[in-house]
Amino acid sequence: MRRAAAGLNPVQWLAVPMLICIVAAILFAMPARAFGFQLPEPMWAIVPAFAWGVIRPSVLAPFALLVLGLFFDGFWGGPIGLWALALLIVYGVVIALRNILSGQAGLVTFAWYAGCTALAMGVGYVFMILGELGRPGPLSVFWQFLITVALYPAAHWLIERFEDQDVRFR
Amino acid sequence: MALKEGQFGELKVPLTWTAAVALIVAGIVAVALLVNDRRETLQNQAYGVTRQAVDTVAAPVSGAVAAPGRWTRSAVDWVGDYFFAVSENRKLKAELVEMRQWRDVALAQRDINERYRTLMGLRTDPPIPMVAARVISDSRGPYANTRLADAGRDKGVISGNPVMSEHGLIGRVVGVAGSISRVLLLTDTTSRTPVMIDRTNARSILTGDGGPNPRLEYLRGRDPVKEGDRIVTSGDGGVLPRGLPVGVAVKGMDGAWRVALFADSTPIDYVRILLFKDFGQLADQKGLSTTQLPTIDTEDPEARKVQTILGNVAPPSNAGTPPPAAVATTPPATPQSAPAAPRPPAPQPAAPATTPGTPQ
Repeated sequence: MRRAAAGLNPVQWLAVPMLICIVAAILFAMPARAFGFQLPEPMWAIVPAFAWGVIRPSVLAPFALLVLGLFFDGFWGGPIGLWALALLIVYGVVIALRNILSGQAGLVTFAWYAGCTALAMGVGYVFMILGELGRPGPLSVFWQFLITVALYPAAHWLIERFEDQDVRFR
Repeated sequence: MALKEGQFGELKVPLTWTAAVALIVAGIVAVALLVNDRRETLQNQAYGVTRQAVDTVAAPVSGAVAAPGRWTRSAVDWVGDYFFAVSENRKLKAELVEMRQWRDVALAQRDINERYRTLMGLRTDPPIPMVAARVISDSRGPYANTRLADAGRDKGVISGNPVMSEHGLIGRVVGVAGSISRVLLLTDTTSRTPVMIDRTNARSILTGDGGPNPRLEYLRGRDPVKEGDRIVTSGDGGVLPRGLPVGVAVKGMDGAWRVALFADSTPIDYVRILLFKDFGQLADQKGLSTTQLPTIDTEDPEARKVQTILGNVAPPSNAGTPPPAAVATTPPATPQSAPAAPRPPAPQPAAPATTPGTPQ
């Protein structure tokens, strides 16, 4: 039982997904075009923000999301703190609702994931307007929402991989 | 034994609460950073050491990642050139015939312009030096449209410098580190660029919204713009030079006027950063701020009295008395005499003729 409780290795369930998100962001920031189209730019960090919340509450996860969000803000050149705040809000919502979320069928979890992605995009949208920085085009927001939702299989895999490793939070 | 009855069952609540506290602390940090961020300003200090550090670290990594893409594109271009050489040759020949006609028109216009400038004594903009840079990273989200270019402070780049591709303006520099600079694209949500419609000279503000076609806002007048009008920078505000090509006007799906950017026609891998300084920066600030006033040039009251009251009476002879030392006097005025104002200098031929706003 002791082994099960200590089964989640922070390097495996926090550091590795973080690193994958960072590498993916760098790869997809390549200035390249194929057939006149640019590479998509999904918000990679939504995947761990959602999955970490479903897996279990953690003291390290919010700070990992803060670092991840600040990296995306700095690397993409956006307002510093925007994605960090959006990710933390998503994480907070998932933590608050994890009793409802855990153990649901794949389609329901997908719907929750899409909702959380919409929430993160909405936070960014509202802040840009409230901060009088400008009004982002709804179409560009929707496009990023769509390609981020397409990352759901990664979130599902992360949940499946680590959800049962800490039996205290089943 | 059920799990909740075991020794670890009690750990669930404390960990949840500490996680909540950690979440709140992280959230406060994020909000504090967000509120203090001033990325959209042109101030160097607003960009911050943190952003410079991120850019400096990201530059070599992104450069290495972008290299295979660049090589692939070169290879594809090479193969394309090989297979489409004949059709490309025909197209270029047709373009050349058309361009020769335009060249004659341009030469005639340049000659007329030079004569007008000489006649009017116009002061033209000085040539704008520039540096070439390679784009190594590109962000395209709704909240940030920026690029990293591998030329920075070491090449004289400063915040506010305009950035162009081979076709037109793409944005301006908002952050500079040692050998890297961050370019805010025209499509970024925080981007505002003063532009004008080339056909009507109507002014507008080009406003990015994260999409590929920024909006034209604050358009004035009746029908100031129509489909296909060429949009150039207006130079208002002094941040950008006048006349840089931006794009053509198109009607958006939302009914607003938008701009199809010239820079969108090809991939942007190389850019030119114009080391532009507006007139305010070029002026001799030391000379402008001097407090030394010119000597006071006053009229002689005695001479005025004789002329206005006594009319034809000869002015009193004061040849023997020197004028007051402290006051520089004019010669005794006569009704016909012209005021002692300095004549404006004769128009000088303008120094090397340059097209305002055109990079040399």
